[in-house]
Amino acid sequence: MHALVFIKQVPDASQVRVNYETGTIIREGVPAILNPFEAHAVEEAVRLRSKYGGKVTVLTMGPPQATEALKECLSRGADKAYLLSNRIFAGSDTLATSYALFEGAKKIIELEGEVDLFFAGKQAIDGDTAQTGPGIATRFDIPLVTYLIKLDEVDFEEKRAVATRLTEFGQETLQVPLPAFFTVEETLNELSHSPLPWLIKAARAKFEKLSGENVKLDSEQCGLKHSPTRVKKAFTPEKRQRGETLTGSTEELVFKTSDILMPFLKKDLQHGQND
Amino acid sequence: MGKTIDFTEKELDEISSYKNIWVFIEQTGGVAHPVSFELLTKARELAKQLDCQVGSVAIGRSVSHLADDVFRFGADKFYIVEDEIFKDYRTEPFRDTLSDLVRKFKPEIFLIGATTQGRDLSGTVATELKTGLTADTTKQEIDPETGMLLMTRPTFGGSLMATIICPKHRPQMSTVRPGVFKAIPVEHPEKGEIIRGKTDLTEDKIVKKILKKVVSSEGNINLGFYDVIVAGGKGMGSKDHFNMIKELAELLGGTWAGSRKAVESGYAPQSRQVGQTGQTVHAKLYIACGISGAIQHLVGMQTSAVIISVNTDQNAPIFDVSTYCIVEDAIRFIPKLIGELKKQKLTAVSYEH
Repeated sequence: MHALVFIKQVPDASQVRVNYETGTIIREGVPAILNPFEAHAVEEAVRLRSKYGGKVTVLTMGPPQATEALKECLSRGADKAYLLSNRIFAGSDTLATSYALFEGAKKIIELEGEVDLFFAGKQAIDGDTAQTGPGIATRFDIPLVTYLIKLDEVDFEEKRAVATRLTEFGQETLQVPLPAFFTVEETLNELSHSPLPWLIKAARAKFEKLSGENVKLDSEQCGLKHSPTRVKKAFTPEKRQRGETLTGSTEELVFKTSDILMPFLKKDLQHGQND
Repeated sequence: MGKTIDFTEKELDEISSYKNIWVFIEQTGGVAHPVSFELLTKARELAKQLDCQVGSVAIGRSVSHLADDVFRFGADKFYIVEDEIFKDYRTEPFRDTLSDLVRKFKPEIFLIGATTQGRDLSGTVATELKTGLTADTTKQEIDPETGMLLMTRPTFGGSLMATIICPKHRPQMSTVRPGVFKAIPVEHPEKGEIIRGKTDLTEDKIVKKILKKVVSSEGNINLGFYDVIVAGGKGMGSKDHFNMIKELAELLGGTWAGSRKAVESGYAPQSRQVGQTGQTVHAKLYIACGISGAIQHLVGMQTSAVIISVNTDQNAPIFDVSTYCIVEDAIRFIPKLIGELKKQKLTAVSYEH
């Protein structure tokens, strides 16, 4: 079994603050973390390895500092961590990013052997686009399973997997041939505590470097210049103001709140009558 | 930012070969998702500015019956591909069919709902077409100077807004969150044109098979699908007290959720957690009971339209994002509110008779 997990180092969105005067994000002092969804992707891959043997490789695209997130993946049990770094990637949008990661993944296949399962988080908590995973799957032309909540069955002999994903209305269980691409929900699994040897390994880890030197890259598809989308303007949303504080006795507050809720209550009634 | 963009003649030629605005009509089992009509309404407004037509496109086993609604909400054309293989949504056949239609009919703008299905589909179609895609937008405008689509979306959990353009690639694609725009039917709808396409795909060429579908299982719930969410926090004090959260949610036709602290205290399952490490919601009504409002929670719900918060601490951060602030103990207040709402409901029903 060979699983390749695409991971991203992100600023901890809960600690990001906004400079309302300049309309920019204050990144200084904001810790960089492994995208939480991808911690679960690594966990799933490591669990598969403990069941079936094989190896787990992780790949990220980013500046050299992104090795912190790679280190966390190693402490969570990944075998090898690759950093894809190149100046020409700067300013990449999701299309250019999925291109770069696709080329990086092809190089990893060349170096580490065929991949059975590709994983990524369902989205990154900084951009929230949920596009890069589907983009890479499309470039590989392999089946895509988004919003994965359970890997029911993996059959390496028959080269197929049965997987359950979240949908708008509940869930659905799919059968796909391997290799396949999965983007994962946080409910997929519970994170385990890392055993000491993994932590030691992570602390001493060396990272494999991929760049323009060892990866064949078409510069016409990389970076800001070749990204179809541009940020025209970034600004801070109008800060939500504290609204009305309802006053009065508890009984008065109950009446006031019930008045506010009436439109929603009526809607429910109409529903009931139609049923 | 603010730089002008230079185009070569070839680029301008290529761009001008794309016209009209398309809306993807999302449907499940022949029932259209409401976001489709919200997008048609918006598309009509944008089309007026660009002096172009509104196209709509649906793929499914049977979608022809949606034509009346699609025209009623302002589509001039309805592109349909019907086949047994499209009975259930599957990424790859939908991706390939939709990409082919876009290549053939060349819409300038393509809007898709930012639903589970729309988010799954749009990223693959944009990659197939090698064009730009802006996810989860909350605002769509035409730049009067350039005629380009200005797509605005929140990032960093709503802390920052970004306006995105797609200057040199077509179509300009974006997904739009349900509920952002209002669906308004056209006053005098005209019968539009239906264009039927065919697919070369056959079931034996599709490797992905659906084995089972479960509708709304408790284990995994998509909170984003609900207009009304009643959430409880650590201040609810016990798992039993969450019964009132559930009851209030039911009365209002919504669903219930919990903060991270409520999940950690065992009051609510992780699958119902709202916040950075849970789900992000954009409800029409969000009622926060006994939730202090850590930033991790706020980023998951602060874009909701109306927020009502009940908390004993008048300085709780949750009040800073609330439309209505109620300084009360939720454990005492909510049951009284439920009682009053039930009374109101009964009165309303008896009026009906």
